Amino acid sequence: MSKRRVVVTGLGTINPLGNNVADTWNNLINGISGIDYITSFKTDELPVTFAGEVKNFDANEYMGKQHARKLDRSGHLSIYATEEALKDANLDTEQRLGNGVGVVFGTGIGGIGATEQAVRTYDERGASRINPLAITQLMPNSSTGQVAIKFGIEGPSLTITTACAASANAVGEAKNMIQNGIVDMVIAGGTEAGTTAMTIGAFAQIRALSTNNKNPKGACRPFDKDRDGFIMGEGSTVLIMESEESAINRGVNIYGYVAGYGASTDAHHITAPAEGGKGAVDAMKKALFDAELTSDDIDYINAHGTSTLANDKNETAAIKTVFGEKAYDINISSTKSMTGHLLGGGGAFESLVSLLSLKNNIIPPTINLNNPDEECDLNYTPNISIEKDLSTAMSNSFGFGGHNGVLVFKKT
Amino acid sequence: MELNEVFEKVRGLFVEDLGIDESKVTMEAKLEEDLEIDSLGIVEVVMAFEDEFEIEIDDDELANVSTVGQAVQLLHSKI
Repeated sequence: MSKRRVVVTGLGTINPLGNNVADTWNNLINGISGIDYITSFKTDELPVTFAGEVKNFDANEYMGKQHARKLDRSGHLSIYATEEALKDANLDTEQRLGNGVGVVFGTGIGGIGATEQAVRTYDERGASRINPLAITQLMPNSSTGQVAIKFGIEGPSLTITTACAASANAVGEAKNMIQNGIVDMVIAGGTEAGTTAMTIGAFAQIRALSTNNKNPKGACRPFDKDRDGFIMGEGSTVLIMESEESAINRGVNIYGYVAGYGASTDAHHITAPAEGGKGAVDAMKKALFDAELTSDDIDYINAHGTSTLANDKNETAAIKTVFGEKAYDINISSTKSMTGHLLGGGGAFESLVSLLSLKNNIIPPTINLNNPDEECDLNYTPNISIEKDLSTAMSNSFGFGGHNGVLVFKKT
Repeated sequence: MELNEVFEKVRGLFVEDLGIDESKVTMEAKLEEDLEIDSLGIVEVVMAFEDEFEIEIDDDELANVSTVGQAVQLLHSKI
């Protein structure tokens, strides 16, 4: 029996580049950076003063203060992105979706902002003044639960916390749920709202972040010789995934197919990738196998490309191992150069980029790539997007903990 | 403090702190059904009352409080 095919019929996003899919795509293909100085809190004490923040979004205005104050920012962003995706897939956001629909979200650090606030309150005013909503805001599955409540999703639900691979794993596990006939539709997405003082301070302590405070928009330079770390980003992206027959029966637009998913674990070091990207190689090969494709079939790779020394070097080596000489012909790009690192929200966002690239036959660039690095010598689509007929795309996501999640998308 | 002053302060807390629509906050309004304050929300309300009126409210004192008016009466008796 052939496997059920899985399609994407709706997209929604809120991220440093835009508060909807259209604005986001427009900025992506024009090489616009969404990174800037942090405005939501004081950065005087921090070694890093910039990030990819979501702009012009007021949760109180969007969902009303009484509802908004029950959620962490990661939850606000999740509900916002889900609403756009449901509408895009021609689903009624006023009706309960019921038990034939599942929800799988990925997040790295959940409601970290709520955690920070609760600790501050405890230190300043004692246990009796801790916000009684703190636990329900900070738990990593908060967004999954709140999205399910808001839209009446009663099928299986999962929250995946594999750091920066989380929502790639979410999309992959959602694909498997549909492919295996568990449900016909899954709301799959990722969310992160880690642009907070403690989180930026802590990532800076492990020298993971760029400290290019003089030039925020030029700071994220994946695969460039002068790269000096990633840039914290925030946002949520949601994909409406369903079986092909469900989409055909509903008569809705299909963006593309989630054709393959490969997951692996480095089992090597809690932050550093294995030398040569061994785990990444394994995940890419598994994703190709799952998609019933070979390395000759991939037209575009949306790289993990974080702009850290270790990732970009090892990811490049891994791509060469999987694709051989063909690696030099494939267009690769890191859209993190424009969004910053959305952490657990990255895999879903980059799935959106891959699907829109296939649909529009345009590859968004890696911006700020000016100085070649001899260890990063592939075609990273520097600085300017290109038009090209595309049939397939691969999206890489690798997380602290050694988690690797790779997705393969097909146009038809 | 007069009863109506307590009510005014309570209404202010509900509107400013909890984001509840001012027109809904009447003496007769039921906390759960009319104001959509659930079991988690009640803890917040109590904290807000304690801060505003500088009192302490025990959980068992809340057993018979289900409307705004009953909350106002309780607070009035404790100030």
